Amino acid sequence: MGKIANEVLVEKLAGRFGDQVMPLNQDFGLLAVETTKELITDVLAYLKQDEELKFIFLTDITAIHYPELEKSIGVIYHLHSLTTNTRICVKVFLTADNVHIPTATNLWEGANWMERETYDFFGVVFDGHPDLRRILNVDDMTVFPMRKEFPLEDPNRIDKKDYFFGR
Amino acid sequence: MQNHPVFTDNDPQTEYSTLNLGPTHPATHGVFQNVLQMDGERIVNGVSTIGYIHRAFEKIAEHRPFYQITPLTDRLNYCSSPINNMGWHMTVEKLLGITTPKRVDYMRIIIMELARITDHIICNSILGVDTGALTGFTYMMQYRESVYEIYEEICGSRLTTNIGRIGGFERNFNKIAFDKIRKFLKDFNYGLKEFESLFNRNRIFVDRTRGVAAVTAETALNYSWTGPILRAAGVDYDVRAMEPYSSYEEFDFEVPVGDNGDVYARFLVRNEEMWQSMRLIEQALDKIEKESPEIFHADVPEFYLPPKQEVYNNMEALIYHFKIVMGEVDTPNAEVYHAVEGANGELGFYLVNDGGRSPYRLHFRRPSFINYQMYAPMSQGMLLSDAIINMSSLNVIAGELDA
Repeated sequence: MGKIANEVLVEKLAGRFGDQVMPLNQDFGLLAVETTKELITDVLAYLKQDEELKFIFLTDITAIHYPELEKSIGVIYHLHSLTTNTRICVKVFLTADNVHIPTATNLWEGANWMERETYDFFGVVFDGHPDLRRILNVDDMTVFPMRKEFPLEDPNRIDKKDYFFGR
Repeated sequence: MQNHPVFTDNDPQTEYSTLNLGPTHPATHGVFQNVLQMDGERIVNGVSTIGYIHRAFEKIAEHRPFYQITPLTDRLNYCSSPINNMGWHMTVEKLLGITTPKRVDYMRIIIMELARITDHIICNSILGVDTGALTGFTYMMQYRESVYEIYEEICGSRLTTNIGRIGGFERNFNKIAFDKIRKFLKDFNYGLKEFESLFNRNRIFVDRTRGVAAVTAETALNYSWTGPILRAAGVDYDVRAMEPYSSYEEFDFEVPVGDNGDVYARFLVRNEEMWQSMRLIEQALDKIEKESPEIFHADVPEFYLPPKQEVYNNMEALIYHFKIVMGEVDTPNAEVYHAVEGANGELGFYLVNDGGRSPYRLHFRRPSFINYQMYAPMSQGMLLSDAIINMSSLNVIAGELDA
């Protein structure tokens, strides 16, 4: 079976979820769509179980932090349909004061550690996760280090600031 | 660390003991710990703890220009660091829209397949050691050494190779390198045959591995497994065949698939993959001969680091060098996911770029991390000695697990 065209994917998702699943971009052919945390479980389940789509393989779960946005934390799922060899990226954006999102462990066991890692680095709380603990960092750490407010280098160092390079 | 799992729900009628397997135990092959609840020699329950050598790869990458991320990738899966290098550079090339010349693609295939061979050599020969057979291990190390000598000839270093560049390689392959590759193929053809005859029908080895830690295809997919362990369970998913990169689509090779997903099947799949890797290298050598021998990188001076000699003597090269090292090059505002078939499975780089000096976000899909999470659940009910062999067969590399 050949790849599913992004237009078909968008159409199918729109037919099932209406404007609750919005296409974001198609950089380098990879369709990224955005949905809400209320719908994420349904969207993932639909993508996994639909007879035509069959995104049975959970490639990855991670997050990204945009401190300047109102919904600053994005949770990113990469799914892969092994039968049609199509990938899709699903994103959910959360506000920093409410970082709760349902877990995907009831769809894929493999989501367990991926979600623990996302919690460890970004503080995203996956509701219903069987064992949401830090995974790579020490347990008594109080911050979520991949958020942008925790700079790696000395914050007083200015020689690498973008504005010195005209940006 | 706090919150170490303490098994408190022990049945008072049964006496279970808690055993720490690792963090530093020869049989764990790296720094990770499993707290096991034991009923005699049988594992009743287990919890894996990782993160002992976490080096904040993703956080550091957010603060470095693209080139300075290369040495970080070397240190992920250090048994096959060139694959990590190439995967990273191909991701950047995809982002920047750089097309590499065919000869570069073939050179990359040679290096990546050599790396896959060294990785599988280590995994399979250590699997032998864990069943008590040291001979295979000592015997195979000479071939790993030969590959390291090839790396050394090409880039000057052996383990953390730093071999890739955006658009190609830092140096061309010289005649000695090609000679060494050909000699390796000839020697290893013989060596792998001997290795196989040492193990494949060895009564002790087969008894210790067949039927141990068998995983169905469904479970393997449910746990997002990739690489040889997924293929051993019967799923023919290989990134090289499914989404070819670096001109893999021009090559003739097979994706070996196992049947019952046990330790023995994983061993056989890895062995077969080494044969396929040799086949790929041979084809790449033939194809390279038809290409111009001088080309070893794409013509992208704004992204390819110029040779040092030119930097000293040529103003243009100096400017490009400065701009590249300071991250002062224009990059698109886009996101890209690129996957390569690492020795352990799908090695994915998810790069979100905002046009700044460094990636806005870089996430690394590490096959070892994802493969290893099933270790504790699948060890339940297993004998400790079988769990050790199971760990070898998963080929978890601590540097990649923790990243």
